[in-house]
Amino acid sequence: MAAVRCVDLCKTYRQGDQDIKALDHVSIEIAEGGFVCLSAPSGGGKTTLLNAIGGLDIPDSGEVWIAGRRIDQMSKGELADLRLSSIGFVFQAYNLIPVLTAQENIEFVMQIQGVPAAERRTKSLAILEEVGLAGLEGRRPAEMSGGQQQRVAVARAIVSRPALVLADEPTANLDSRTSDELMTLFTELNEHHNTTFVIATHDQRVMGYAKRLIRMLDGRIVDDIDQHAA
Amino acid sequence: MNIVLRLAWRNLWRHSKRTWLTIGAMVFSNTLLVFMISIQFGMYGLMIDNTLQVFSGHMQIQAPGYKDDQKMRQVVPHVVQLASNLRKELQTDTIAARGWAFALASSEERSYGIGVFGVEPVFEPRVSNIPGLIKEGRYLRDPDATEIVIGAVLARNLRVATGDELTLLGSGRDGSFSAAVVHVVGVFESGVVDIDRNFGEMPLETFQDVFYMDGAGHQVVVSAATLDEAELLQPKVVAALPGGTDLVVHDWDALQPGLRQAIQADMSSAFFMYGILVILVAFSVLNTQLMSVLERTHEFGIVMSLGLKAGRLGRLIMLETALMGIIGMIIGSITGAIFTSWFTVNGLSIPGMEEMAANFNLPARIYPEVTPWTAVAGPLVVFLFTLLASAYPALRLHRLHPVEAMRAN
Repeated sequence: MAAVRCVDLCKTYRQGDQDIKALDHVSIEIAEGGFVCLSAPSGGGKTTLLNAIGGLDIPDSGEVWIAGRRIDQMSKGELADLRLSSIGFVFQAYNLIPVLTAQENIEFVMQIQGVPAAERRTKSLAILEEVGLAGLEGRRPAEMSGGQQQRVAVARAIVSRPALVLADEPTANLDSRTSDELMTLFTELNEHHNTTFVIATHDQRVMGYAKRLIRMLDGRIVDDIDQHAA
Repeated sequence: MNIVLRLAWRNLWRHSKRTWLTIGAMVFSNTLLVFMISIQFGMYGLMIDNTLQVFSGHMQIQAPGYKDDQKMRQVVPHVVQLASNLRKELQTDTIAARGWAFALASSEERSYGIGVFGVEPVFEPRVSNIPGLIKEGRYLRDPDATEIVIGAVLARNLRVATGDELTLLGSGRDGSFSAAVVHVVGVFESGVVDIDRNFGEMPLETFQDVFYMDGAGHQVVVSAATLDEAELLQPKVVAALPGGTDLVVHDWDALQPGLRQAIQADMSSAFFMYGILVILVAFSVLNTQLMSVLERTHEFGIVMSLGLKAGRLGRLIMLETALMGIIGMIIGSITGAIFTSWFTVNGLSIPGMEEMAANFNLPARIYPEVTPWTAVAGPLVVFLFTLLASAYPALRLHRLHPVEAMRAN
């Protein structure tokens, strides 16, 4: 069963007097354990596709399937449950809750999931160690560097071991060394836990880590390369 | 501490000045409410006491049906003896017997229809403040003297003064013609025109002779120190009534139905004012929470993308408001209670009131009544309305779309 399947997705935005086709009959299928990069210039449709896969945005037409469940017809509540249980998000701007510490940011998601307090604490400390932030659990986002914040965001996304992780320009605000460390972490998670990664990026270095590279232009897929085969 | 609670608490202090301003509005209104409600209930106590002290007492023993249709023949037999027995049994001297009759009072120049009370001169001052309101002459002294005290307006209308004679003509208990000549020994001024124009008091024994009462009267008046004591006293009075009689005991509410209505009318207007105050505070909270929601739209988009539902986010907003409300309620209740307590000891005097009160034989100062109820009721309503006010920003979150919210800055 495919981790992600999109069938003939279309999405049009209205910008001023113009209709912008963000997705133009896009169809893709990503297998479980896939490590896929979506590459496109700005406005090429990669974030829109990522949002549609994550149930954050509803396409105008077409179908989105996640782990065998069609999600484009789900209610807001069902989509929220799906995101909570099966999808991890990593954003370009880290998007941590500023008043919570690193550990609390990670535990917050688990609390919503209903994980008991003791388990939350154990898991959050373990994941912070895994992303190389042991000892920084008490720091708030404002007290951490960009790279550290992004690691907390990654830890938050993966702490519940979601089957699918969606990352939108995760290295855009990081230096090259931190970017490499982050991508290495993603690769390890992908290999060790069979987590499926879909990463929207225009960073060539990030693309180098992907098993599969999908290029988009003006809302259409123009290239789909299996980099392992290449 | 639960993370959601921690998050709500810390969110409050992101803009501490704004939070304190909102809490300040709550504290101010809560303090004011505690003070006003305490004053109001203190006033009601005073109103009730003063009204009951004038004449009716806290309760009366009467013949059945007498309250609604005051007929001479509906009597309390051996009324003086009954009052005396009750005083002994209940170990209080604030019990007095009375009779009442309608009579035509004539001076040399004029005649007026008046109500004549037969009272026990010794005990009447303990259940009524009329004896203390004598402005001219003296109060009744001898239990069987042919004397009367009348209201100041009546004295003016009849053109009589102390030392003058009045002729009373009326019907006796048996329906026969009654007549007597009595001396005016005192003129009282209660400030209540109806009382000063329409009533006179004479010794009960004389009254019984004039109106052929055969030892009977029409009411035994019982007073207590406070309304609470009166409530406790009533069952004892009922129990102390002689067996085999059909006498009834009416409490102050039955004797003075207008009093409760007046209080209720005053409460309605007061609560309308309090309502306005509470709504103003609620709007202040609404404004704060709306701003708070608007400036955190981006953050809400993030947590929604992580799987938090709008309903749960709404509960977070309400939790923040509840925390703010609890702080406002606690500080406001304590401040209000402390502030008001000072007046419960020292009293509150409104300029001009002391002179007026002295004229009417009333206490010059109002003493607020601080009780757990008066200290908490107002702040609790403010708290509930602030929670209600936060419902709107909380419900607005249901319209939030994660992607659009994350675009907000």
